[in-house]
Amino acid sequence: MRPRIQLLTPEFIERILREAFELLMSPGVRVGSAPVVELLRSAGVEITDGVARMPEPLVRKCLASAPRDFYLHNRQGEEAVHYGGDDVHFDPGSCCVQMLDPETLEARPSEIPDLVRLIQVTETLPQFAAQSTAVVCNDAPCAIGDLYRLLVVLQHSHKPVVTGSFSAAGLPGMIDLLAADSGSRDNLRKKPRAVFDVCPSPPLNWSEFGSHNLLDLARAGVPAEIVSMPLAGGTAPVTLAGSVTQHAAEVLAGITQHQLAGPGSPVIWGGAPAIFDMRTGGAPMGAVETAMLNMACAEVGKHLGLPTHGYLVATDSKLVDAQAGAESARSAVLGALSGINMISGAGMLESLACHSVEKLVIDAESIASAFRLLGGVEMRGKTLATAMFAQTGLSGEFLKLKETRALFRQEQHLPSPVIDRTARGSELPSDAFTRARARVDELVSMYQKPSLPEDVLRKFQSIVEREADRAGVASALPGN
Amino acid sequence: MSDQLFQAMRQSIIDGVSDRAAELAQEALDSGVDPLEAVNEGLAAGITFAGDQFGCGQMFLPDLLASAEAMKAALGILEPEMLKRGSQREVLGTIVLGTARGDIHDIGKNLVATILSASGFRIFDLGTSVTPEQFVTKAKEVDADIVGISALLTTTMAGQKAVIEALDRHGLRPRVKAIIGGAAVTKKWAAEIGADGYSRNAIDALELAKNLTSKRTNKGTA
Repeated sequence: MRPRIQLLTPEFIERILREAFELLMSPGVRVGSAPVVELLRSAGVEITDGVARMPEPLVRKCLASAPRDFYLHNRQGEEAVHYGGDDVHFDPGSCCVQMLDPETLEARPSEIPDLVRLIQVTETLPQFAAQSTAVVCNDAPCAIGDLYRLLVVLQHSHKPVVTGSFSAAGLPGMIDLLAADSGSRDNLRKKPRAVFDVCPSPPLNWSEFGSHNLLDLARAGVPAEIVSMPLAGGTAPVTLAGSVTQHAAEVLAGITQHQLAGPGSPVIWGGAPAIFDMRTGGAPMGAVETAMLNMACAEVGKHLGLPTHGYLVATDSKLVDAQAGAESARSAVLGALSGINMISGAGMLESLACHSVEKLVIDAESIASAFRLLGGVEMRGKTLATAMFAQTGLSGEFLKLKETRALFRQEQHLPSPVIDRTARGSELPSDAFTRARARVDELVSMYQKPSLPEDVLRKFQSIVEREADRAGVASALPGN
Repeated sequence: MSDQLFQAMRQSIIDGVSDRAAELAQEALDSGVDPLEAVNEGLAAGITFAGDQFGCGQMFLPDLLASAEAMKAALGILEPEMLKRGSQREVLGTIVLGTARGDIHDIGKNLVATILSASGFRIFDLGTSVTPEQFVTKAKEVDADIVGISALLTTTMAGQKAVIEALDRHGLRPRVKAIIGGAAVTKKWAAEIGADGYSRNAIDALELAKNLTSKRTNKGTA
C-alpha cells in the first residue's frame, strides 16, 4: 500500500471550486494581453475595463479539453517525466539571482559557472527527474537572461527542463531554442522536453506578459505550468482554504485562456502558494502552512484530473543549517505523500532568494527518503518472518541469510556519505555541510557533458544572435 | 479631562479601531481641545507605541496597518479644524513613492505609504510600474525630500537604478534622497546603485525617512 496524505475531503474541494467559479464572475479576473482579450471575447466572455468574467460552463469546457497526463522527454526522446496520476518527481528550485558561496557563506550574484555546477550535480542525481533554469546568470546580458539560462541547460544536460521566460517577447526565442534541440517545432510538440512556468499576479490578475505566454505556449503545444502564488493574508485571504480558493480561480482562469488558444495543449495545475509572514512581510517557503497550501492546491488539481505541481523542499534559512534541513525534508515528504507530479524548490535558501548546490545534494537525500516512504511496507516472500526464523532459530544470525542479502537493498534506502551514520571518531567530517561540499565535488567529477551535434549548436548560436539583436545586446555565447 | 481623552485616543490607535478613533477625535473637537494637541498627545503617541511594539515583535503587520488606518480616520476629523485655526501638524517631509517600472507588486510600498503618512510625512503615491520620468516629474512638482522606489522582483530591481540615474540626470540629487525597498533588495544592492538608503520593512523605512529628512533640515539651517 502506498502511503498517502489528504488534507481536504471531496466535499470540501467541491466547495472550494464552487467559490472559485463565483470569483471568476465576481470580481472577475484582470487579463492584460490584447490578443487574449479578443480570444476570450470571441468565446463569449464579457470583458469590461480589462476585467473578464468567465462563466463556469466555458471554464468547464476548457477543463475538459486539457490533457489528463503527458510526458516530458529527455534529449534522446525517451519518456522521462510523467505529469499525471500520483507520480512524483522533483526538480531544483528556480529562479534566483544569488548563490551561497560555500567558502564565505555569503550570498553573491549567481553567474554562468554557478548554473553549470547546479546542472552538473542535478544531472548526476537520480532524485531529480528534471533540470531547472535554476539561477539568473548575472554575467550574461540581462535582456536575454531567460534565453541564456535555457541555453546553458540545453548545452549541459540530457534531462527534461522546467523553465520560464521573463517577458512576452522572450518566449518565442526560447521555444525556437527547444525546437532546435528537438529537431523541429513539430518534434517539440510531439515530444516536449521542457515545461514553462507561467505566473498570474495575485489576486486574480493575469498580466499582459503572463496571458501572452499562455497564448504562445498553447499554440506551440509546449506544456505550460501555471504557477499561481497567493500569499495568505497578504495578496490572498488569510485562511488557508481562502487562499486555495483564490489559487483555484487563478489557475482556472489560466487554463481557460490557454485551452481557448490551443485546445488539448498540455497544461499543469501548478503553484507556489505561501503564507504571508506577519512580522517580515515575506513569503516563508519553509513554513508548514506553506506546505499545507501546496498540498491542498494540488488536491484540487487532482480532483479535476489534471497534472499537478508545487513549490516545496525550500527553506527560509540563509545557511545550509539545521533549519534548512528540517524545513526542506519535512516538505519533501509532505509533497511526495500528496502525489504532486513535479515538486520544485530543492536547493533554495532564504525564501527562494538564494541557491546552494550544497543544499541541493542534502535535499537529494531527503527526496530519496521521501521516495522510500512512498514505497511503503511491503509483504515480500511467502511468510513475513516465520520462514526466516525457521532457518535461524534463536541464533539471531539474520545477517547470514540469503533473504537478507537479496532484500536489504529494496527494504532500505542507502544514503550517500552526505548522511552520517558512523560512530564518533570516523574519518567522515562531522558536519553535513562539509560532507555536502565533498559530495558536490565528487558528483561534478562524475558528470559527463552531452555531445551536441554541430548543426544544433549552430542553430543555438543563430537563435541567440537573433534574440540578442532583437534586445539590442551583445551576443557572446556562454563557454562550452 | 484632556489627559484621559488623550489616553483613550492613544489606546484607540494602538487597538487599531478606526470608528473609536474618529469618535474620540470628534469628542476632542466638541469639548474644545486644541486639535494639534490631540494629534501630538493622543494619536502620535499611539502610532509611535504601535511602531515600537512591531519593532520588538509584540505587534504584527495587520495590527500595525489597523493602527495606521485608525490614525488616518482620526486625522480626517481633526485636520479640517486645524486648517481653520491655521495650525498644522508638523510635516516631517515630502515623499514620492512608487513601484519600479514593470513591477505591479505593491503590498510593501502601500504599507510604507500608510505608516509614513500616519507618522507625519506628506506622501505622493504614484502606484505601480512607474517610469523614471514619472518619478522625476512628480519629485520636481511637489519639491520632494525623498523618492522611494519599491521592487519585489529580481528582474525589476534594475528599475530602481534607472530611477536613481534619472534623478541624477535631472540634477535633483543630492538634495532629493533616493531610498529603495523590496523583498530581494539588500544593503549591498542599495550601495551598488548609489541609493541613499534602504529598509527591510515599513517601520525601518520610517526611521530611515526621519533620519534623512532631519539631516536635510540640519543642512538647510546650517
